[in-house]
Amino acid sequence: MTLQKTPSQTIGPYYAIGLCRRDDSHLAELSESNAVRLHGQLLDGAGAPVGDGMVEVWDPFGRRWGRSGTDADGRFSFVVTKPDAAGQAPRLDVWVFARGLLRHQLTRVYFPDETQANAGDPTLAALDDGERRTLVAEAEDGALRFDIHLQGDRQTVFFAH
Amino acid sequence: MTDTRILLPGVDPEIVLPDDPSFGPEVQIDYPGYRSTRLRAPKDPLVTLPEEFHRADGPVFGDSALGLLDHDLTRQHEGDPLGERIVVSGRVLDEDGRAVRHALVEVWQANAAGRYHHVVDQHPAPLDPNFTGAGRCLTDDEGNYRFVTIKPGSYPWGNHENAWRPAHIHFSVFGRAFTQRLVTQMYFPGDPLFAFDPIFNAVRDPRSRELLVSRFDLERTQPEWALAYRFDIVLGRGGAGTTPLEDPA
Repeated sequence: MTLQKTPSQTIGPYYAIGLCRRDDSHLAELSESNAVRLHGQLLDGAGAPVGDGMVEVWDPFGRRWGRSGTDADGRFSFVVTKPDAAGQAPRLDVWVFARGLLRHQLTRVYFPDETQANAGDPTLAALDDGERRTLVAEAEDGALRFDIHLQGDRQTVFFAH
Repeated sequence: MTDTRILLPGVDPEIVLPDDPSFGPEVQIDYPGYRSTRLRAPKDPLVTLPEEFHRADGPVFGDSALGLLDHDLTRQHEGDPLGERIVVSGRVLDEDGRAVRHALVEVWQANAAGRYHHVVDQHPAPLDPNFTGAGRCLTDDEGNYRFVTIKPGSYPWGNHENAWRPAHIHFSVFGRAFTQRLVTQMYFPGDPLFAFDPIFNAVRDPRSRELLVSRFDLERTQPEWALAYRFDIVLGRGGAGTTPLEDPA
């Protein structure tokens, strides 16, 4: 038996009522060793902030999940630890939702201090330099910065799902 | 492709495109009639990940994620909310018809007057001090979920001239596999606004679009208390070779 899948619809501008009543942005406590803030801006094709978006991150190795709405400047923020990826390049899987996005998008964030592991990652290896850059966070003031561009020359790489 | 739909007077062909069954269950993410897609829908082709990724587990939530009255949106305040009380229930299944158990289902919606309890919503309809419009629950071992709520109102949204959203409840669902994640909207049968709404019609396959419309559910109505609507949700398979979760429904 194959049933037909329920189609996706946009999260709309008022998702925070249902989805952001609690603070789910901590995948780790800041007091944990190696805990680091992961933050960035969600931007549209004109480079304008998306103030009604939502980002979810999933650490598939440590099985930790988090969610952050974006503020008026399109900013989201998490506290994460770098996953122990058992020989693979450490990464977090990222879902992106927004008003105007009829289906959520899937991307990944890799860590900037893992040059060697990143070089051996088959998913990164299949991309060109510009595309690859969109998936690697930048170290900035003791935190990790990861901007997400929905469209344009610097569009973030999104994956089929 | 034959468009069999009867276009109602007033349907703007720039806002609502003809049916196109070739889209299947996929929504057209750059649907032009929904203006906000223009700068937000990604344009580059999607990159394919290895097959095993699609089988990978996603987050699992336990009872600790829930408050006692999270499933009953009519009992979260001192008094009763205004509007038509309804029961919304259904099953979360995968494409093979297997129940997705212990899935976190989150909902949010406007009140009976068509106003969201949200600072950005400035529609001049009354807020209801007894209605927040948010709920969550976990599916049971058979994939069943159930909410008690108020039938939401329609509201204008400024996308185009005289644009009104059909009444809807937003749903967010986590399956078992990471790629089963779904955010969608549930509509009510017979809504006269369907033909005019670009968000609903961005699902271009009419059969798939019908899956977003709940069914009136006489069996689950509660006499002298509440009407009922049924909305089943079918998630993707999460990749070939997934461990069976349940016997087929």
